[in-house]
Amino acid sequence: MNKPFRRRDLLGIRNLSADEIVGILNTAENFREINSREIKKVPTLRGKTVINLFFENSTRTRTSFELAAKRLSADAVNISVSSSSVTKGETLVDTALNLDAMQPDCIVVRHSSAGVPHQLAKVSKAAIVNAGDGANEHPTQALLDAMTIREHKGTIAGLEVAIVGDILHSRVARSNIHLLTKLGAKVRVAGPKTLVPSDFAHLVEDNLQVCEHIEDAIEKADVVMILRIQKERMDSAYFPTLREYSIHYGLTNERLELAKKDAIVLHPGPMNRGIEISSDVADSSRSLILDQVKYGVAVRMAVLYLATGGTAN
Amino acid sequence: MADEYGLVEKSKIMDAARMKRALSRLASEIVEENQGAEDLYIVGIRRRGVPLAERIVEKITDLEGKEPAYGIIDITLYRDDLSTVGANPIVNRTDLTHDIEGKKIILVDDVLYTGRTIRAALDQLMDFGRPNRVQLAVLIDRGKEHRELPIQADYIGKTVPTKRAEIVKVMLKEFDDEEAVWIYEKP
Repeated sequence: MNKPFRRRDLLGIRNLSADEIVGILNTAENFREINSREIKKVPTLRGKTVINLFFENSTRTRTSFELAAKRLSADAVNISVSSSSVTKGETLVDTALNLDAMQPDCIVVRHSSAGVPHQLAKVSKAAIVNAGDGANEHPTQALLDAMTIREHKGTIAGLEVAIVGDILHSRVARSNIHLLTKLGAKVRVAGPKTLVPSDFAHLVEDNLQVCEHIEDAIEKADVVMILRIQKERMDSAYFPTLREYSIHYGLTNERLELAKKDAIVLHPGPMNRGIEISSDVADSSRSLILDQVKYGVAVRMAVLYLATGGTAN
Repeated sequence: MADEYGLVEKSKIMDAARMKRALSRLASEIVEENQGAEDLYIVGIRRRGVPLAERIVEKITDLEGKEPAYGIIDITLYRDDLSTVGANPIVNRTDLTHDIEGKKIILVDDVLYTGRTIRAALDQLMDFGRPNRVQLAVLIDRGKEHRELPIQADYIGKTVPTKRAEIVKVMLKEFDDEEAVWIYEKP
């Protein structure tokens, strides 16, 4: 059975218990059906206001949160950095207080600095949902990845999951590592040495192993999660060239052969075809990238429901 | 004796045999009123309406030799008290795989009390399409004086006049140790 989710804010996976994570996933399972109805709307959050406050560009996540809010009948407002007062010099806390004065029930926030949602949670009366903060966490991404894995593998406990790419800068990797290890999976991460600190395994959780070569991480894996190479980081010289990255760490069909026969491939998007993932892998039936996007709406509906529904005090 | 919820057991108003007979009668009344099982769609309201609906489906199948369509509604997302109930109610899945367009829907629930659950179920049904007719079957009707909305049942297992301080519990083997209907009193 589901356990009640009593945390009002969703700031990260790190502070959630395994029971709370499973509770969110089970709730999300039950929201899936709404997205396949002809009338994709329920009146649950009627009269509630959700503000999507995005200090960083995002199409997929913002759209997904917006659809989730609208399908629950909440009023959703999108604020993006280019149109906000931040560019005019307003501080983060002032922005939050001003939004708060309009009495939203939930603020979904994305920011390039880690800890911004936590800061907002301290000053805002609204429930805060983290939609990605710097290199810290992206909890709803990890939840939708978990939902995709559960759908195809039945369970998460006991699975071997490889996460490949720029681990250092990846909030997707961090949230996933927390979630997967809490639910009993074994996680192996691989990437260029400059992008995977070697002491990382000790910093995060048990059941985490750092590999130097992609092959070591992928071998016998049930799930292969490929991270996006952020081209904008190329200036910082973490690796010589994209071509070299692709040769050493790109997921190709040959490399995928090392994984279990029924291994699945995840990617949080947007994909750089031919760099971190080859087109034939991306388009194969093992790639569940569009399922991830589909489940994302259900996960965000569940999170908004749990964060805004119920308790008034 | 107070139970785990602090409720005092007052009386058993239905045992397994009487429950079975009441459900048989409901099934016959449903097919009589609707002149057969054609276009019938039996929809159980979670949680305790679901096994009751399944039993009514079985009995109708026995009577008519044809199984009516069957579905499940979870009304959590359509509740009108989401901002006042304490913790978040748990959301379960609605399962209406057959098209409800033009069907004769029989909503099935265990107890009819304020009518608010039925209101929520009706709203949800309308989001799925336009049924030809919607009727309501309940095992226990607690009496019209408790109704907060203009909703009545078309098929009733037993009408039990109750006080507000009382609680009616329908125990089913799917969830409980016995098959019975009990009245409890809040002390």
